[in-house]
Formats: sequence, structure tokens, C-alpha cells
Amino acid sequence: MKTEKSKKLNIMDRRKFLRSVALTGAAITTMKDADAMSILSQSFQTSNATAKYDLVAVMGGEPEAMFRKAIEEMGGMKNFINKGDKVCIKPNIGWDQPVEMAANTNPKLVAEIIKHCFEAGASEVRVFDHTCDDWRKSYANSGIEEAAKRAGAEVLPAHQESYYKTVSIPKGRNLKSAKIHQAIVDSDKWINVPVLKNHGGAQLTISMKNYMGIVWDRGFFHANDLQQCIADICTYEKRPILNIVDAYRLMKTSGPRGKSLSDVVLSKGLFMSQDIVAVDTAAANFFNQAREMPLENVAHIAKAQQLGLGTMELDKLNIRRVRI
Amino acid sequence: MLKKIRVTLSVIIVALITLYFLDFRGFLPEGLKFLTEIQFIPALLSLNAIVLIALLLLTLLFGRVYCSSICPMGIYQDFTAWLSKKYSKKKRYNYSKAKNILRWSVLGATVVAFIASLNFLVGLLDPYGAYGRIATHIFKPAYLAGNNLLETIFTSFGNYSFYKVSIYTLSVSSMIIALITLLVIGYLAWKGGRTYCNTICPVGTTLGFFSKYSLFKVQFVNEKCNMCGLCSMKCKASCIDSKNKDIDYSRCVTCFNCIEVCKRDAMKYNITDFSKVKESLLPKSKKQVSAISPETSVNSVNESKRRFLSATLVTSLAASRLLAQQVSGDILPKRELKRQIPIAPPGALSFDHLREKCISCHLCVSKCPSRVIKPALLEYGLSGIMQPKLYFDRGFCNYDCTVCGDVCPTGAILPLTVEEKNHTQMGKVQFIKENCIVYYDETSCGACSEHCPTQAVHMVPYKDHLTIPETDQSICVGCGGCEYVCPAIPYKAIYVEGLDIHNTIEIKHEEVEEIVIDDFGF
Repeated sequence: MKTEKSKKLNIMDRRKFLRSVALTGAAITTMKDADAMSILSQSFQTSNATAKYDLVAVMGGEPEAMFRKAIEEMGGMKNFINKGDKVCIKPNIGWDQPVEMAANTNPKLVAEIIKHCFEAGASEVRVFDHTCDDWRKSYANSGIEEAAKRAGAEVLPAHQESYYKTVSIPKGRNLKSAKIHQAIVDSDKWINVPVLKNHGGAQLTISMKNYMGIVWDRGFFHANDLQQCIADICTYEKRPILNIVDAYRLMKTSGPRGKSLSDVVLSKGLFMSQDIVAVDTAAANFFNQAREMPLENVAHIAKAQQLGLGTMELDKLNIRRVRI
Repeated sequence: MLKKIRVTLSVIIVALITLYFLDFRGFLPEGLKFLTEIQFIPALLSLNAIVLIALLLLTLLFGRVYCSSICPMGIYQDFTAWLSKKYSKKKRYNYSKAKNILRWSVLGATVVAFIASLNFLVGLLDPYGAYGRIATHIFKPAYLAGNNLLETIFTSFGNYSFYKVSIYTLSVSSMIIALITLLVIGYLAWKGGRTYCNTICPVGTTLGFFSKYSLFKVQFVNEKCNMCGLCSMKCKASCIDSKNKDIDYSRCVTCFNCIEVCKRDAMKYNITDFSKVKESLLPKSKKQVSAISPETSVNSVNESKRRFLSATLVTSLAASRLLAQQVSGDILPKRELKRQIPIAPPGALSFDHLREKCISCHLCVSKCPSRVIKPALLEYGLSGIMQPKLYFDRGFCNYDCTVCGDVCPTGAILPLTVEEKNHTQMGKVQFIKENCIVYYDETSCGACSEHCPTQAVHMVPYKDHLTIPETDQSICVGCGGCEYVCPAIPYKAIYVEGLDIHNTIEIKHEEVEEIVIDDFGF
């Protein structure tokens, strides 16, 4: 049903496109289909799974090994993905920086997640990020494009407004609607894979802040209380089936871009949970060991808890801690 | 046969050089840059002696092969003339007398303009530069539109080999100039073949002077010729006087059309019989010396040029400052501050260097992956019209990118290593606190610092749990990341002010601390 619908829309696009070509000549062609696409913003039940644990934390291994351990403790990827699901993976590919700088999610982790998705029966896996630096350079130099393609995923561009669809965010306080990348909107399931970093504005960038890479207009966030908007966007009804925080390396200072290796700590950690507030709280506590970072400074975490997105009270959760 | 070789070579060269301008995905090898380096004016400006000598030797040996097969503007004219013949079969050329006064006046004016540092005129007339602008401002939008069309088709089939690119006009004035150039030269070529090359083009006049003495020339074979005049009718340079069996070699671009068309085999491309020519040559030898001398003076940049430049700069700066003072009487808490000094691309060294070397071919404009280079209007003064400047409305200069310097064929933007680029300061950051969201709304932001590669903009503690930007101009490279991303409205709270002479910044080396984390922390 959905494919038919999108096919129809594609035909409409082409017609519209051809008409515009005919009208304005070949010189100026832009596709503004976002408004037409807004009908597609369906609501989804994110996951049919009940994980064995509320949160799994792993330390001391390589990115792939830590992920394998964590997903095993969570009952395997089959617990979250159904056969034939269209899956979207959203790593942080924000910067034209090499792996060692930890400005982007570790490509090995991304590749391993893709592999598990396919093994669980995913029909397709798509990867993208709305980058801050030039997107071609960020995709290439982060190593993620190559790793993801090799693992069989499709790597989609996200540098143009026309790739985004307007969705409403009814539960948001400051943010009432946003343009979200069609790969997320059209997916059956999506997985949020941030890297743990210091951030000049939001103080920390973890799972919630990683949402800013699925939206088009980030300027609105910065101009309308960044911390509140970060919490607001996380109320978008299609929640990630898993948040997987890459803390193999963490950027303790000069984030989120980083300027030299002195900003980076080899911390060998990984956190996985469906509860975005809990996983960010856990990761923030982990970060606090590298550099003091009081939770109240990372205001979006508490704001998200207020919006009912999860809990900061880790004591009340069933947490599995594993050391490799 | 000779014509076939000429046509094949020309088609290959013009296709490659055009695609080199259009290619935005790096499909073509970087080595194709040599096609821009072997152009006459770029070689002259970058003082590339090897290319200059090679081009002169080529001309002295074989005539104006450069005009025929290397210069993209020349090949464009041949293409237009060829089209005109498809349009009307009866099309024929006629011999006309050389317009020597016009030719030499234009060349003289160009040399004077160059010495007076009015590079705008040189860039306007240089056939390579003019073609570059046409490729950048006319062909490229069409190329990008084609890409977007393919993207739509391929993506609808689930193939992501193409991606969308936005199409916009970087500079209306440059686009109009490119369009006028395209139409005027195209019209002249449609009507009369190589009119531009033989009446206006300063390179054509210069090389035409040397081609008179070339070793190989197209010549009449007297005993075979019946003066049918076919050769004249086919000569797109209008330089064959078949009635007098005379050829004006200063205008002949060695296209070999005459040889191809002659039914009696009465045209030959052969070594000149110097015994015949000697007499006619001798009196002209003085002229040769005097014609070369302005060129040698071109290479040694004189003091007056510098003085003229600094005078323009000082007056233009002073004028803009005066204008700015009128604005700053505003009582509103938010201030609008506009860039007073333009930002020259990294590797341009200084405005003086850029103005002296740049002919505005806009290869850097076309090749910049972040698309942050655009032609200036009057920011560099009169002589710098159309020369490249950075702007941050749609992006910012990538910290590790060195493309503009790598591609520049004239040395106006010098190639930098990534290390050098990382330390090149082309502008300095300016922070306007009263426009800043953290100050005004008292909410978190930090977008500027986020994008700063050297942390010249960094966040320091402010009220409550907030942090606010603080700047350190000494380590700012002027990339414009902060300016581009600053979400403050209506006026940005941070921007980059240009520098007329670029600096080298010193970045403190920070030791890597050993931090061991051996607990979960919760």
C-alpha cells in the first residue's frame, strides 16, 4: 500500500518537474514537494519487542564486539526487527574528520549494526545524516559511507531540503512541526546511533542531540531554545527501536567538531536502550569521568523526562553491565 | 588529413576543458588541469616560462595552432561557424583586409590596462578567461539541471548514483557578461568565422605577429592554381587573397580548410622558402623588437602599479567606513554589521597579488566544493571586478579543502598544502554580543563554536548553566563556519571581516592527556 502511494507521488513529482522544466526552461529546476508529502507522515508503533533489560552497558572491547555483546543481552536484533522491514540507521556523520577524532560515529559499529539488521531479515537498510561540514567530504572521510556500502546498506544524501518531509510534532513545546528526512519517515524501523561528545551549545551530544541530523532546519532549534527543541523533536511519534551510543572514543572538549587528538579519550564503552532519556543519562555519567559534566547542564535530558520520553532514574531500571 | 587531425584534436580539447569546468563530482582526473595551464594568458600570468616558450615555438614552427586547437574560445567559434553552414549551405567567406589598427590598438590597450592594474579588461578579453566564465555561468547551470533530471529518473527507480544539487546564480553581473560574450562572439563567428580572433583578441594579435615568421605555412602551388577562389570562400579567417595568391599569415589559424577544399591540390602546408621571404622580412625586424618590449615590461611589476592599487584600496576602505559610521548611530540593541573588507580565497596571499594575477576565468568559482567562492563586484575596486571572493550565505570554507589553489592556472590563488591551509588566516572573526541568542534570549545555542575548526570561537560559562561565545582572533582562519550557521535574526551575531594581506596563524600544540576510564560511572 505504502509503496503504491509513494510511487504515485513519484509520478506526480515527475509531472510537476517536467511542467516546471517546460515553463522555466532547463535553467532553474527545484523540487518543492515537501508540502505534498506531509500526508505521508503516518504514525507508527515503534517496536513490538520487550527487551530483556532496560539498558545494556558494555565496556572494554572493540566497537563490533561491544555491539554484539549488547544486542545479544537485548535478545538479538530479531527482537526488534521483523522480516522484510525497511530499516534506517542514523549515525552521526556531521564532520569532515577522521575516525580517530570521534567527531562521527565509529564506522565499524555502523557496519556491524547493518549486518545484524540484514541477518534479522531487514529488506533494506538506509544510512544518512544531515551533515554540518560539506556532506561529500563528511560521508567519505568519516569512513561511514564506505563501511555502510560494503555492509550492503544504501547511503542516501541529505544535503537538500527536498529530501525532507514536513511532519507535525504535536507534543513539542517550542517545536510544533519539523522537516524530517524521508528515509526516516518512510522507514518501518529506525536505529539511532550517536557518538558521545562534548557540545559547545547543548553541553553534550548523545542520542537526543543526534536527532538534529534527521531534521532540515537546525537554525530554528538554535534560535528557539536549543535544549527545549532537542527534547521536543524526540517526541516525534516514530521513535527509534534502539538507541546505541558509541563511546568507543569520546570527545571530551572542543566538541562537537574537535580540533586535535587532545580532545579525544579512548574510552571503550557502548550503551544500548530503547529509553532515550535513560541511555543519555547513562552516557552522560560515563562522560563525567573524563571531564566534569553535571547532568543539569545538559538541560535537554531533564526536559525530555518532563515530556515523558523516559527516565533519568537509572536505579529503578533493569540495567545489565558487561565488561569484555 | 591535416584538417581531420586538427578537428579531432580541437574537439577532444574543448570537450575535456569544458567538462573539467563542469565536473562537480571529481569524475575527471585532476591532471586535466594542464589544459588550463597551457593557455596563453594563464601561462603569462603565472610566469610559466616552459609553456610560454613552448607556445611561441609552436607558433614559430607551425603557425597559430594555439588559436586553432588549444584555445577553447577559438574552437567554440569554429563550432558556431560550422552550425551556421549547416543552417545555410550557401555560406561563404570573402577575403578582407587586415584591421591592423584595431588589432594593435586593442592589444596596446590591454597591455596598458595590465600595467595600470586594470586586470578587469585583460580578463574580459582573454579568450580562455572568457570561455571559463561562459562555462561557469551558462553551461554549468544547464549541466546541473541535467544532473537533477537524471537524479529524479534514477532515484525513482531506487538508484542513488545521482544526487540533487541546487542551482542558483552566483553573480548576476558575471552571468550577464558571460552571456554577452557568448552571444557577441557567437554572432561574429556565425557571420564571419574567426572575426574575434583577428580583430579583438589580444592573444590572437600577439600570436599572429609571430605566425608571420612560422616555419611551416599554408602556401599556394602556383603552377597548379587556377584562381577559382574556393580557398577564399572556405577561409574562416578571411585571410586568403586568391586573386593575388597572397595569404595574410598573421590571421591564418592553420585550420587547413583551404587545403581540404582545393580540387587541384594547389594548396600545400610546407616549409617556408625563406629565400623568397627574406626581403619582405628585413624591414619588419625592427618592428618585432618594439612589439615585444611591452610584454617584457609586463613581467616586471612596477612601483606605480602598486601605488595605484593601494590608493584605490585606501579610498574604497575609507569610503565604506564613512558609510558604516552613518549606520552605527542606531539606538536599537541589535546591530547590523556588514563586511567592510572582502575575503580573498586562501592562497591568494593579498588583494594586490590577486588583482595582479587573476583574469576571472572562474574555475575556482566552479570547482569550490562548498560553493562559497563568487565573483566580486566592486569590493576589490575597479580592477578586481569579477575576481573571486568568499561569501558565507550558503556555506563556509571547508577547513581541510585546498581545491581553489589546486586548480588556479594563473597562480592568483597559490596551491596550499592542507597544513598550510589550516594555518592561513584570510579573515578575522567579529562577535556582536547584543545580537547573540544566548545574550538576547538567554537560551543555549553555540552553533558558531560548533563549526569552528580552531576554536577561535569557543563557549565560556555565562548565566546559570549557559555558555556564550568568546573569540580569539589570533587563531581564526576566517572560514566563515560561524557566520554561515549563526541563527540570530534579523542580524547575525558573528561574522568574518576580510584581510587585505593574509596572515599565518599559530596553533598551540596540546599534549594528549592520558585519561583512563575503568568504570561505568553510574
